[in-house]
Amino acid sequence: MFASPWLVGFLVFQAYPILISAYYSLTDFNLFQAPRWVGLANYRLLFSDERFYKSLYNTLYMTVFGVPLSLLVALLCALALNMEVKGQPVYRALVYLPTVVPVVAATYLWRWLLNAQYGYVNQLLGLLGLPQPLWLDDAAWTKPALILMGLWLVGGTTIIYLAALKEVPKVYYEAAALDGAGWWRRLWHITLPAISPVTLFQLIIGIIGSFQYFTQAFILGQERLNTPSGGPEDSLLMYGLYLFQNAFVYLKMGYASAMAWILFLITLGVTLIILASSRRWVYYEGE
Amino acid sequence: MKESKHMRATRAIVARQPRACSCRRAHKALILVGRHAVLVVVAALFCFPFVVMLSTSFKTPPEIFQLPPRLWPERWTLANYRQAVEAMPFVRYLLNTLFLSTANVVGALFSCPLVAYSLSKIQWGGRRPLFLLVLATMMLPPQVTMIPVYILWNRLGLMGTYWPLVLPSYLGSAFFIFMLRQFFMGIPNELLDAARIDGASDLRIYLQIVLPLARSALAVVAIFTFVWTWTDFLNPLIYLNDESMYTLSVGLYAFFSEHGVQWGPLMAACSLFSLPLVALFILAQRQFIEGISMTGLR
Repeated sequence: MFASPWLVGFLVFQAYPILISAYYSLTDFNLFQAPRWVGLANYRLLFSDERFYKSLYNTLYMTVFGVPLSLLVALLCALALNMEVKGQPVYRALVYLPTVVPVVAATYLWRWLLNAQYGYVNQLLGLLGLPQPLWLDDAAWTKPALILMGLWLVGGTTIIYLAALKEVPKVYYEAAALDGAGWWRRLWHITLPAISPVTLFQLIIGIIGSFQYFTQAFILGQERLNTPSGGPEDSLLMYGLYLFQNAFVYLKMGYASAMAWILFLITLGVTLIILASSRRWVYYEGE
Repeated sequence: MKESKHMRATRAIVARQPRACSCRRAHKALILVGRHAVLVVVAALFCFPFVVMLSTSFKTPPEIFQLPPRLWPERWTLANYRQAVEAMPFVRYLLNTLFLSTANVVGALFSCPLVAYSLSKIQWGGRRPLFLLVLATMMLPPQVTMIPVYILWNRLGLMGTYWPLVLPSYLGSAFFIFMLRQFFMGIPNELLDAARIDGASDLRIYLQIVLPLARSALAVVAIFTFVWTWTDFLNPLIYLNDESMYTLSVGLYAFFSEHGVQWGPLMAACSLFSLPLVALFILAQRQFIEGISMTGLR
């Protein structure tokens, strides 16, 4: 009885939408006229839609490069924070702080930092004598720009890694020290296996999140509310953004629903592949 | 022969002891300095964008475009803040955002613990299947349900109202239900049984025993609901069409995409937009960190 709010919510906002969404994906539906049955036409159309492939490519790019890189940076930060020093909570707070900044504010801030001419990033690169890319104005550099911005937001993952590092039993390190294992070998043979379940979970969460990447791409790519653009040469057209444009700019609800289902299947497939591979690289205590 | 060698070695070590000790202390201090140096660099990298945001927001236009840039403004000005607040209905957006965040916090605190309680501490047949269902819904990408739910609200004629942005939280969110359920499982059953023997109803046990015990977990739910609603962009974007009802997220985007970007006022607006959350984080740091470690989600 106490569960009834959620049950109502589940029926209205989950169960019914899932079923009807599958149906919409087989129809031509523009919100104003009743859905018209078209069978698999939406899916067939998608597979010959260039912007669909472009958005898929952009999203895969972000996932393949962005997710592992942010896990690595988060782990490095966590290792740094795990050193025994006074004032560790202060450092930890400063690393986490960026993640409470609203995405919209963070995106505009980075657009300024990455400004080709006046931005601090390029000024810094200039000082170091490094090349200064045009970042958000150059189709080849827009996605690296987004990934760089994502690295600023690894605080949450860092905290999770930090909690995991503190759980690794001290006896392992003492035993390794007796064997004369150095820093690198302790990291490779003790720390990484011990926290591998966390890495698995964060990897899956990261990939799911990356496939749904939307807000930053929308703000930087679609500079006007009703102009369905995707940044320079559509280089910021993420899957989530193209889905949004189909649904809410072109009002092709059936087409967008088909995209949503393909997204679901891709997410499911990738998750299952990673879970299957995890038996080889994830170690659970007691095994 | 052997023994004397050994003794000589021991004597040598003993003799060297004091020097080795001070050397070790210096070594230790050096390591400590090195650690702090690493952490200062890391923290500085994460803070630098904040500093740029604030410094730009206090600069005059010529100084914003001065090369090379200076982090410390030569002439401090509040003009950007005045412009940000006056050019768009900033205060209005702020109040809207505050209203939505508060309404969602109330909703989440009403529904999530109630459902979690039912899934953990009340014996009934549907408990396990329902819990699995809660878990299953966490796996589904929101894009799948987004379109039908949008169409549903459209049919109900509630487009452009706050209902679509508020009501769902009163029906519970799978993620928090899951987290609270795990927390409630840790409350000893004997405690509840004792109350039950005294004739307390399930509702009374919930209100007077379970909720007070779960205060720290409820704080996590409240804080994250607040932050997520405050920063949400997609939902206000698709459900609101009247400008006077915009939240800060959508309001900022709408304003600067229409009028073009002016960095001074934009950075001032972004600072004001972020400030409440930064303050909240400083005040409730422990709950933030606990919440993340507790759930494994960021």
